[in-house]
Amino acid sequence: MEVVQRYIYSDTELDRTESEAIEALKENSQQPIPDPDRWLDEELERNILLTSLDTILDWARRSSLWPAICFPACCAFELIAANASRFDLSRFGMEILRASPRQADLMITAGTLTWKMAPQVKRIYDQMAEPKWVIAMGACGISGGIFRSSYNVVPGYNRIVPVDVYVPGCPPRPEALIHGIRMLQNKIAKEHTNIKLSPL
Amino acid sequence: MTVSLSAWDVANQIKEQFPDAVSEINDQAILVRSESLFEVAQYLKNRPELNFDYLNYISAVDYFDYFELVYQLISINHNHSLILKTRCYGRDNPTLPSLVSLWRGADFQEREIYDLIGITFKGHPNLKRIVLWDGFQGHPLRKDYL
Amino acid sequence: MMAIKTEPFVLNIGPVHPSTHGVFRMRATLDGEVIVNLEPVFGYLHRGIEKLAEERTYTGIIPLTDRLDYLASMSNNLAYVLAVEKLAGISIPERAEYLRVIIAELQRIASHLIAVGAFLNDCGAFFTPFLYMFREREKIVDLFEMLSGQRLLYNYMRIGGFTQDIPDEFLPALDKFVKQMPSFIDEYDYLLKENEILLARAKGVGILPKELAINISASGPVLRASGVKWDIRKVDPYSIYDRFEFDIPTGTAGDCYDRYRVRVEEMRQSLRIIRQAMEQLPAGPIRSEVPHLVRPPAGEAYGHIEAPKGELGFYLVSDNSIAPYRCHIRAPSLLNLTALRDMMIGWKIQDAIIIFGSIDITMGEVDR
Ligand code: SF4
Repeated sequence: MEVVQRYIYSDTELDRTESEAIEALKENSQQPIPDPDRWLDEELERNILLTSLDTILDWARRSSLWPAICFPACCAFELIAANASRFDLSRFGMEILRASPRQADLMITAGTLTWKMAPQVKRIYDQMAEPKWVIAMGACGISGGIFRSSYNVVPGYNRIVPVDVYVPGCPPRPEALIHGIRMLQNKIAKEHTNIKLSPL
Repeated sequence: MTVSLSAWDVANQIKEQFPDAVSEINDQAILVRSESLFEVAQYLKNRPELNFDYLNYISAVDYFDYFELVYQLISINHNHSLILKTRCYGRDNPTLPSLVSLWRGADFQEREIYDLIGITFKGHPNLKRIVLWDGFQGHPLRKDYL
Repeated sequence: MMAIKTEPFVLNIGPVHPSTHGVFRMRATLDGEVIVNLEPVFGYLHRGIEKLAEERTYTGIIPLTDRLDYLASMSNNLAYVLAVEKLAGISIPERAEYLRVIIAELQRIASHLIAVGAFLNDCGAFFTPFLYMFREREKIVDLFEMLSGQRLLYNYMRIGGFTQDIPDEFLPALDKFVKQMPSFIDEYDYLLKENEILLARAKGVGILPKELAINISASGPVLRASGVKWDIRKVDPYSIYDRFEFDIPTGTAGDCYDRYRVRVEEMRQSLRIIRQAMEQLPAGPIRSEVPHLVRPPAGEAYGHIEAPKGELGFYLVSDNSIAPYRCHIRAPSLLNLTALRDMMIGWKIQDAIIIFGSIDITMGEVDR
């Protein structure tokens, strides 16, 4: 098929817009976002009706965590290995990796995050429906790891998104990842829902 | 075994064609002037006895006074190789001719050198940053990058 | 009848997309379903390995090389240590040479397993073939774990050989694997070689002509599938590859199917090499006397190997200090992508995924 010359493009315009987004995000993400577990202390405030509702909701939520696809680098292969034949993540109700962030409620950040990639990760996170959780997998996900001193690496995912569970290792073994997921499930089990009952 | 051709022999052949293209020769490499880089490369590619049809890699090294570009050429038919070097002075706007029209394998490598070292390749069809973004300040692989 | 007129539009694929093998991104211009233009966008995993290497000692760079092509860490280690040994003029003991060959070939099998699995994944058989391939890959990973204690990034080779010898249980386990593996490859062939769907989707798709393949500096299975018999192990034998008998499988058409076939055949050849190396494996030391901080004389060297993805080379410049002055990496994955646009134009968007999958890249190596 003939290539129509008119459509040959290298979109410098788009490049420029994207670089602006990167620069802006880099500007705004110099401080880590605090981890979202302050509610753990507030347990006393729950009332009886809501706790049983919570139990059901939390049970449903933690038993079908669906991870979104966010596989920047090497750790991805331990995540896939955890999914594949031997470690079989489906035992915990999460064998389905969702390509669409809107169907996912867990983000496992398997790999080094670079500043160029950061806007995309933020966008994925923003598109995921609430409630949502994040597991930072690997040394790079926690702090930038071996690449921390590089000019293009974000020192930890918590600059971009709030992180619930950190799984250390470079890469973490699949067992470690599964342990991290179990910890997240325990955490979800303690979560309570803010449902405002309207007055009768 | 890939034979590395004797730099002296090849340099003599180049000299016959382009008397003042070669500026220095040592055992491993031929150093050519940057102005005649394109002609020499074209000659090396098209001369049947040499027939360097495969550009293996391009690398650039920052020596503060100048940037040294290293081209390794290989001939798949004859199974021999040659290292061609060129230097490029000045830190503000170093320029070199692009070899994309001879070997398309140079495409991404030249863009990468443009991005990380900051050498402009004249004649490259799509010279823009490849791994970093447009507004990135500086060229990280330069030795004076902070 | 009036022809339907369509407007070309731009479709963004990636960087987060299940079939981009990491974080690759393509901006495709489509006319209906047909690709009329394509621009690859890189850099989403650019970690600055070449810069980081300039501030580390020669031994300290080995973990960084692991993270280049993270599906073939051992091969990266090998290419790097060969380059340093060439630069510093170090020779290594026989036993280490043989072990390196065994390990590099095992790594090739592991990498090709993922390549083939991911390719079939892209063909639409979502995850099922991948599970088969992972089953065998886990066995290799187990072998490597015995050696290095890691499952993915092994950091096992050292300048001058190895730091620790193989454990006693390694060779029996390897022997078992080498005996089992051919039947698994036969199983894949039985399931896939003549598979009608695979033939229909991959044969004749994404052709890379021979001249173009050479011109874009393609290497590895991509170059060989286009019919060029070019394998560094044969044309410029490094380590001790000249002592083994093996063939170089090549394709004829240079299409996706050929690339897939070349990889499967290479696995068989790798097994052949491993078998020979195991028979000849001598006893003896595994490391030559190398100072703790290597200080190569000022100069430069280029060491290269035939990695699973293609020719992986390290160009090192030394200024007689403990860190390299410059460390350039010739990344096969990046160069193999040069012709992506030519291979894709004119094909439908769903073929683009297959074509891309058949090249087999790792983003860690493309962006470095
Ligand atoms: S933590 Fe280690 S394995 Fe994971 S992405 Fe970073 S370098 Fe790769």
